[in-house]
Amino acid sequence: MKKIIIIFLLFFFKNGIANSLIEIDITRGNLDPLPIAVSPLHVEPGSQDYEDIKIKELGGEISAIIEKNFKNTGLFNPLKKDAFVQKPDIAHMKPRFEDWRLIKAQALVTGKILVKDNKLKVEFRLWDLAASKEIMALAFTTTPSNWRRVAHIISDKIYERLTGEDGYFDTRIIYVAESGPKDQRVKKLAIMDQDGANTKYLTLGNELVLTPRFNPANQLVTYLSYFRNLPRVYLLDIETGVQEVVGNFPGMTFAPRFSPDGKKIIMSFAKDGNSDIYTMDIETRLVEKITEHSSIDTSPSYSPDGKYICFNSDRSGLQQIYVMKSDGTDVKRITFGDGLYGTPVWSPRGDLIAFTKVRKGKFYIGVMRSDGSGERLLTENFYQEAPSWSPNGRVLIFYRETKSGSKGEGFSAKLWSIDITGYNERKISTETDASDPSWSSLLSK
Amino acid sequence: MTKSLIYSISFHALMICLTILSLPFMTRQPIDLPPIVSVELIQISDKTNIPYAPKARKIIEKAKKEEERVVSEQAPPAAKAKEKPDRIPLPNDKKEEKKIVKKKQNPEEVKPQIRQSSEFEKKEIIDTNQIAALIDKAKEQQAVKKENNKKLTQSSVKNSFATGLTLSQEDALRAQIFGCWSVPLGLPYEDNLLVRIKLKLKKDGTVLKSEILDHERMNRPGQKFYKILAESALRAIRMCQPLKVPPTGYEKWKDLQLNFNPTEMLKG
Repeated sequence: MKKIIIIFLLFFFKNGIANSLIEIDITRGNLDPLPIAVSPLHVEPGSQDYEDIKIKELGGEISAIIEKNFKNTGLFNPLKKDAFVQKPDIAHMKPRFEDWRLIKAQALVTGKILVKDNKLKVEFRLWDLAASKEIMALAFTTTPSNWRRVAHIISDKIYERLTGEDGYFDTRIIYVAESGPKDQRVKKLAIMDQDGANTKYLTLGNELVLTPRFNPANQLVTYLSYFRNLPRVYLLDIETGVQEVVGNFPGMTFAPRFSPDGKKIIMSFAKDGNSDIYTMDIETRLVEKITEHSSIDTSPSYSPDGKYICFNSDRSGLQQIYVMKSDGTDVKRITFGDGLYGTPVWSPRGDLIAFTKVRKGKFYIGVMRSDGSGERLLTENFYQEAPSWSPNGRVLIFYRETKSGSKGEGFSAKLWSIDITGYNERKISTETDASDPSWSSLLSK
Repeated sequence: MTKSLIYSISFHALMICLTILSLPFMTRQPIDLPPIVSVELIQISDKTNIPYAPKARKIIEKAKKEEERVVSEQAPPAAKAKEKPDRIPLPNDKKEEKKIVKKKQNPEEVKPQIRQSSEFEKKEIIDTNQIAALIDKAKEQQAVKKENNKKLTQSSVKNSFATGLTLSQEDALRAQIFGCWSVPLGLPYEDNLLVRIKLKLKKDGTVLKSEILDHERMNRPGQKFYKILAESALRAIRMCQPLKVPPTGYEKWKDLQLNFNPTEMLKG
């Protein structure tokens, strides 16, 4: 009898399980940017003014920089401050989550600053409003004049926490600042923060400068400059201002770029109408010839692991992109589409190569995988080139020339950025016309 | 002796009755199926004609003319579905492909295009699988659920047969969560990023308990993208509360599993 009852119970139990879980697959979501509220940072009473910085306004200014950074990514939607219901100091202690959810925010940034004994202390917290909990809290101490960098570092930390990628806000961009008419163009080296602030000019403009490139490991810059009508590759230390010619080549060197460890410079050297790729060790000054071909090989760029080099060459008759091992062996052509391909740059993530393509009089900036597959053209224009990667490999910066007059007379060159998705194209404001941008690595790493 | 015989017979009879009553195909209501399949398919295939490149349209029209002789309603969409994967690798068609890529510069233009095409593909798959499912049930039960999209949709079809929600109820719930889920766009799309969340629901659709099934993966080193995705999925569920659940059949849907898989979106 007992057995029968047990069998009976088992039967029901088993039946219950078999009839159980409903599974639903969620394969789509919305691509709208994440709504985020950046509360102005609370300035603690007792803070003293420092030089010409108005400390009382600093809280609002730091949060404004964070908001601008987020908005420019296209991934976040910073909400308007008019809708904020809680005061910064109370919100920083413990926000009323219902109030913030009411304005449709999904994340909240709060913080406070204190300036004492010529030191700036900034503390911030990131709150997940849906889960009603704090997900990050950090504090920094620095000199007050560094306040813009603090705002960028906070932006980087939050970006990293919410997207899983490294940020790119605490970075600088070096570019060629241009002025004057086209036939008498004055070109100076200029450097600015990633958001366009703090522009500084590094050369006077007496000589023509081109293609500045950041060293990924430190604050050295390599670029091309004309001296006594001979174009040469130079090396410049931004911190000290010391400048020197790279290598002792009996002719023109151009298209320089650093290796990923920052120890070598790779560039082209032209002689008798033929140009090949060379490397030079910065410390030992040892020069090595990498390619040996009767065609024009130029625009070399290392893969982030340093094992491969991509470059463009006209050895097939038309300018195309090739990849080889870093010792110059195993050369493979990777582009076969119609049109000309140039200025290949390997992404810091290693997965993609960015390039400029010219086809039927139009210029395109595009990306493809390192084997040449999956080509995607991100943007098309009348004239644009020289893409450079953000340190996290998500955004490209390049320059574009447009005709300023209605009849096509005059022109202006500006810096633009675009996501690798092809969304979110933005013009970067610079004091003068600008070309040949190069993005530094994160300053705080 | 007779007593135990009577016991035995009566219990056996009872068991047979219960078995018959509880078998899935006996309790199924076949009324659910026909209207859903017909209505949704027609609407969506009409829309997806719009964004096609002129070249593709010519081919489709050609195909349609040929179809006229056969007189079949399902054939045209199947022909279009084949069209798509074929077009990409052909070197001659590269021009076409690039034009589509360029349009991405303008997000407003592209969004509906992506949605429509993926919707189209999905419905296609559901349709064919449903027919397959009706013919061969044994095969269906073997279908293992993986991150692969085709397999995912297959499993959701299985659910509508085996458990509580009808397809339209399931779609309503899915559409609601689509709206709440802000997909983190920085994720690498090569990775296996499937987040499975088990929910316990109240009768009004609010969430009593949520549990991430591969919870230990969140804290493993090198899995920061998984963590970000899992958090975004949990956020979506919380934002969506109360979930749009049917007014009846609480016992059937009180436990629910949601599988969040952004692969299709990130690739698009």
